[in-house]
Amino acid sequence: MSDHVVPVRVYLAVFAALMVLTGLTVAVWRMDLGVFATPVALGIAMLKAVLVILYFMHVKYNDKLTKLVAASGFFFLVILFGITILDYWARGRLNPETRLPGAVHLEDK
Amino acid sequence: MPEAALQHGHGEEQADGHAQTHPRFAHHFESLENQKESASLGMWVFLAQEVMFFGGLFMAYILYRNLYHGAFEYGSHLLNWKLGFFNTIVLIGSSVTMAMAVHSAALGQRTRIVGWLLATILLGSVFLGVKVVEYTEKFHHNLVPGETFGLPYEGMDPHHAMPDNMRRPTQVYYSLYFAMTGLHALHMIIGIPILAGIAWFAHKGEYSARFHTPVELVGLYWHFVDIVWIFLFPLLYLIH
Repeated sequence: MSDHVVPVRVYLAVFAALMVLTGLTVAVWRMDLGVFATPVALGIAMLKAVLVILYFMHVKYNDKLTKLVAASGFFFLVILFGITILDYWARGRLNPETRLPGAVHLEDK
Repeated sequence: MPEAALQHGHGEEQADGHAQTHPRFAHHFESLENQKESASLGMWVFLAQEVMFFGGLFMAYILYRNLYHGAFEYGSHLLNWKLGFFNTIVLIGSSVTMAMAVHSAALGQRTRIVGWLLATILLGSVFLGVKVVEYTEKFHHNLVPGETFGLPYEGMDPHHAMPDNMRRPTQVYYSLYFAMTGLHALHMIIGIPILAGIAWFAHKGEYSARFHTPVELVGLYWHFVDIVWIFLFPLLYLIH
């Protein structure tokens, strides 16, 4: 279905949504939400990315195989982040001698 | 499905269709549509790899931001968020013009493809121009990692002098700032000549409603670059 011609108004609607979300990103930054600031900023960024992927990159109209490959990049990204963060967080928990100087802060959070 | 049907699948049905008459049709594909889907899938595999390519830098960012949160906040406040905000709007705008180029290609509107691609190139160049202004300022303000990092510069307000204990961790932030925005800018520097080449071929009438795969693929690449910036803007410019 990659031949699907998306109506122009869809692009304009997505553009408007992306502009509003960009404004919102700055607005929440200025409000200073404390511990929620980063999750909210990342949440908005992810929503924007999903809009671009689904509509501008036509994934919404693509076949399942393309959807799977598109998702796979993010799947492996989660593995990369997850295992590395877990490693830093867990270093030195069983044996303090294996602590990395850097891991202390992550652990103490 | 009977064996005979498997052997004489779509290939034969389309043998007398018009697919094979297209000069860009490669004979090992069943149809032009099948060829296009394969190319698109290949581009997506490349982009999945790109996600991991940038992913390593984002991983480094996550760790160091946790370690040196104060320095990251301090460093980000030395950036001009208004320029980053402006560039975000410019780059999202260039994604819209790119989407319109693909849209025009799907409708076979030759002159519109060229127009939208040129608009995309223009917006991409504006983005890079702003980046040049930002980088130049960082060089003048001694914010480029190296021996002089964080040292006073001519015309500096003494109240804004960087505390000595901030120099090392802030340098980590700026190393990541230059690595991440630099790699992102490099993708745009590579993308713009490709856009120009495709605009040239579009002008020559290479693309039609039936065949415009290159326009679609460069579109996917350009949107990916836009997505990377969507994350870089709040992560680098907006830290509390």
